Amino acid sequence: MILSFMILLPVVAALVVATLPGGDEERAGRARVVALATTLVEFVLGIWLWTQFDQTTSAFQFTENLPLFAPFLNWSLGIDGIALMLIELSVFLMPLCILASWVAVKKRVPEYMAAFLLMESLMIGTFAARDMFLFYLFFEGGLIPMFLIIGIWGGARRIYASYKFFLYTLLGSVLMLVAMLWMVNFAGSADIGVLSRTDFPKEAQFWLFLAFFASFAVKMPMWPVHTWLPDAHVEAPTAGSVILAGVLLKLGGYGFIRFSLPMFPDASAQLIWLVFGLSMVAVVYTSLVALVQQDMKKLIAYSSVAHMAFVTGGLFALNTQGIEGAMVMMLSHGLVSGALFLCVGVIYDRLHTREIGRYGGLADTMPKYALVLLFFTMASVGLPATSGFVAEFLVLLGMYQTSTWATFVLTTGIILGAAYMLWLYARVAYGKAAGDDTRAMPDLDAREIAILAPIILATLWMGIYPKSFQAPMKPAIAEVVARLEGRELATVPTDMTVSRTLAPALPAIAAPAHAAESHH
Amino acid sequence: MIQLLVFLPLLTALVAGLGGRIIGHTAAKALTTGGLFVSAALAWVIFTGFWLNDTAGYTVPVLDWIESGGLNVKWALKVDTLTAVMLVVVTSVSALVHLYSWGYMEEDPSQSRFFAYLSLFTFAMLMLVTADNLVQMFFGWEGVGLASYLLIGFWYHKPSANAAAIKAFVVNRVGDFGFSLGIFGTFLVFGTVSLDAILAAVPQHSGQTFSFLGSQVDVMTCLCLLLFVGAMGKSAQLGLHTWLPDAMEGPTPVSALIHAATMVTAGVFMVCRLSPMFEASPTAQAVVCVIGACTALFAATVGMVQNDIKRVIAYSTCSQLGYMFFAAGSGAYGAAMFHLFTHAFFKALLFLGAGSVIHAMHHEQDMRFYGGLRKHIPITFWMMTIGTLALTGFFFTAGYYSKDAILEAAFASGTSHGMFAFFVGAFVAALTSFYSWRLVFLTFFGKPRWAASEHIQHAAHGDHGHGHDDHHSHAHDHAHDDGTAGYHPHESPLSMLIPLFVLGTGALLAGWVWHESFVGAEQGAGFWRGSLAFREHLMHAMHEVPAWVVYTPSVAFFLGLGLAWHVFLNKPSIPIWWQKEVPGLYQFLLRKWYFDELYDAIFVKPAQWLGRQFWTRGDQQTIDRFGPNGAADMVVVGAGLARRFQTGYVYSYALVMLIGLAAAAAWMMR
Repeated sequence: MILSFMILLPVVAALVVATLPGGDEERAGRARVVALATTLVEFVLGIWLWTQFDQTTSAFQFTENLPLFAPFLNWSLGIDGIALMLIELSVFLMPLCILASWVAVKKRVPEYMAAFLLMESLMIGTFAARDMFLFYLFFEGGLIPMFLIIGIWGGARRIYASYKFFLYTLLGSVLMLVAMLWMVNFAGSADIGVLSRTDFPKEAQFWLFLAFFASFAVKMPMWPVHTWLPDAHVEAPTAGSVILAGVLLKLGGYGFIRFSLPMFPDASAQLIWLVFGLSMVAVVYTSLVALVQQDMKKLIAYSSVAHMAFVTGGLFALNTQGIEGAMVMMLSHGLVSGALFLCVGVIYDRLHTREIGRYGGLADTMPKYALVLLFFTMASVGLPATSGFVAEFLVLLGMYQTSTWATFVLTTGIILGAAYMLWLYARVAYGKAAGDDTRAMPDLDAREIAILAPIILATLWMGIYPKSFQAPMKPAIAEVVARLEGRELATVPTDMTVSRTLAPALPAIAAPAHAAESHH
Repeated sequence: MIQLLVFLPLLTALVAGLGGRIIGHTAAKALTTGGLFVSAALAWVIFTGFWLNDTAGYTVPVLDWIESGGLNVKWALKVDTLTAVMLVVVTSVSALVHLYSWGYMEEDPSQSRFFAYLSLFTFAMLMLVTADNLVQMFFGWEGVGLASYLLIGFWYHKPSANAAAIKAFVVNRVGDFGFSLGIFGTFLVFGTVSLDAILAAVPQHSGQTFSFLGSQVDVMTCLCLLLFVGAMGKSAQLGLHTWLPDAMEGPTPVSALIHAATMVTAGVFMVCRLSPMFEASPTAQAVVCVIGACTALFAATVGMVQNDIKRVIAYSTCSQLGYMFFAAGSGAYGAAMFHLFTHAFFKALLFLGAGSVIHAMHHEQDMRFYGGLRKHIPITFWMMTIGTLALTGFFFTAGYYSKDAILEAAFASGTSHGMFAFFVGAFVAALTSFYSWRLVFLTFFGKPRWAASEHIQHAAHGDHGHGHDDHHSHAHDHAHDDGTAGYHPHESPLSMLIPLFVLGTGALLAGWVWHESFVGAEQGAGFWRGSLAFREHLMHAMHEVPAWVVYTPSVAFFLGLGLAWHVFLNKPSIPIWWQKEVPGLYQFLLRKWYFDELYDAIFVKPAQWLGRQFWTRGDQQTIDRFGPNGAADMVVVGAGLARRFQTGYVYSYALVMLIGLAAAAAWMMR
């Protein structure tokens, strides 16, 4: 019942917050406290979940099943390691978001807090759902609070931004729903565990894959359906950006690993050229776009698209290292880009502009802030000993075994990433202050340090000893890899991949005597 | 012991960096410097064990790191002769540079940050040289890159320092790009990233081919070349060298430690560490050899005309790194390491000496404003002279042994690329002698030319913008026709001179003491004990080269010295005449063969142009126009709703979702 409790507690808290009595100020104060307390309880529950989790099995744990509209829409919950770690990410970031909004949000505070609580509930639900339609409900429903957060508490162009967000996601979700209907009809069950073991006909897999792809590609977001993300980030309040980058962007990756890979393994293996191709374009294209941004949030948003291309690249490497790397990348990016948005929020709260040119010289006036920003800049460019390196390294190592071309192109991301992030850092922290108001900004206060310090620790932990985070996911990922074994990989005219089937032992190296034979 | 040696600098760096404001500058400096001297003492103990006794190599595991499928990477400290040599170089120079910085950075308001960065750098470098696998080596690789970035940009108010710091990091990332692909490929071929396992398995994979970028290529050649791209970035080899001269924006102690003695030699270390792999690919060796020789030539030609004292030494470093690489490419890894070892002493000495000159000259770095300094700062002068003698390979100095070994090995290797490297190297030896003595003559000899220097004028007229408050006693009111502007340079404090003495001793004696161990045909194999590929027959062949080969470096030394004496002391009008008569060649060299301009035109500018095109033409005018905006227009034309309500579309979205689900339910239950 722990999962149900974790899903329902924030809903109850949201109702309490929304109906608090008293004057505006009083209500706002109470709403903050209730929201923080609730998210902290959720965090503790999340940690408890982790300690109780059996890391040796890929089976769903903490399962519960309440037939609502049997057999097709059941309150059926359960988590494997992949879902567990994404729930951990959500409950870790949530209290930090509430703290980050403590003074920055002044308008309609109870409603704001209620929206965040509701979102937490829906996010946990998405990861805990074992019924495909229940998943769909949480998956799409989770976007509603985000629309509200952007649309009500957002910046000047918030309407345009949330409209764009809506339009993109709507398109994808309709196609996915149709595909789900067909699948449930075919398999006779909406249980994700059952569907993951169902062998759909190869031709059907192709269309189903594309229908799901439409939804997940938007959520990732993959190029070219990424243009909603920079606008959404720019207009969203700080905490909204954190959740958007930290958790909502992970829904696409979660969808790929939960649905696309195990349910459509043949199509996945046949269509890797599509995913690799888009990922390659995304890394180069969005990194170059990030290079010329003048708006901090836009820059980080574009860098997110590039990082998410590493996730898709890793997942479709279709081997252990690639998929594990993609999962670490999701967790790492959740921490690091969340923290980067928090860092932007810190100075936005002081100067009320996101324009890079308005800052400068912060290393003098805000030395603590400059140090923290340096840390996350380095984590973002994947410096070893931060989580970003483990992720990038595993993804690229995995991809290399599938396609050297794709790896080659994605690896250029480490050059471009360093260029735009270091240039951003130099313009913000080094040089001279752009104006007196910039110089007058106070350094981090205790609340801000309390928000950022836990993320620094988590990032280092994941970078130095990633085992703690990888261990729960290993059995679940091994099962996905097992589903993919023996599928025939696509052959692409440019030899983007060598033509072969996926097998545990890769026959990638040719002995001298047989060199000619094995080369197609 | 090795754990303490490696992690003590990290600990002191963290305390000094994070707690510097609390414990104060002096405590932070004492802590970091003390820690480094402890590490250096331990390093010498370890090195002596490998040098005099038959200590066997060992590996100390620290922690599990990355495990995934067949990949198993651990944090571990590997110690063998090769590592021990590097430990001694890194910790000794670092300890001396820490000590030197007490004097050099005395007036800097962020001293504890500086010392923290120095110690952090040392830690990363130690992790690099003790790595037992390629990934940990990459950790050290990137860690020293970070420290280098922070230290080059230490004076972050200067835009030029920021630009140089970013350039250093990004250019190194280009090298890391190759290094990464090399690691991935190595794992694909060998199924492991552990150095011992890889090197042991080299014979069985030698000659195999694998598919890379769509073509079937030789495994060892491909991997070695990819890894070598990383080495080229870190060690500033031709093509990826552009960051090193700019890195001189950092404080001078940094140049001595990072950009002369240690970090830039990491590439050489890597090639030597992986020498069994390179031995398995003659093609890769040839490439290493030719690129090293070309770098040696390129950097020496540019170094001849630079006016900034630090830039001359920086190009000299670049050039000497070229020597190390062509030694490695000729198969003489011991000679490469030997030159790395001796070079660390004399090049750190030269940089710290230059720092002492700069300190005395009130931060003036342009040699055109020096002259006649040997009477004013005699100790610095003698130490710089020792460094120059060692660099130019004067008899029985450290550089004499190592440079001769390299040239003889290149000649004796019997390959065409080795022969090419020999002739280029011999020519470059003359250039080296020329530009090195040019530096000494311009700085210490002739008449003072300080009067035109802005820095000196500031100092002499009591303008203490630079905070050197000990200079005002030197300002006099009477006219100065002697070119000194009334300025009296003074010798550096003892904390800066002691490191010079120590390094000077090393620059004189290191070659004589250790040449039998490093490159001796009899003792060499016993000294290295398999930690690098040691070709005994090549070492023997070195002793059998013709006599003219043996005398070539000495001839080059005297040629360069004589020419420098002639044009800078005897007939100072010659350089000016030359600049006027062949301006094309002069500009070509002064502008460093136009590499920066070229890269700006083919990489930097197009990247920004493409970024802007993708953003405006791609995202805004194509994707958005035909995507969401197009759809929005249709909605507006058709109904004109949705956009008027703040959150109207949320309801419609929820509605669509629920209708969908209802349809699903209805369909299921039909």
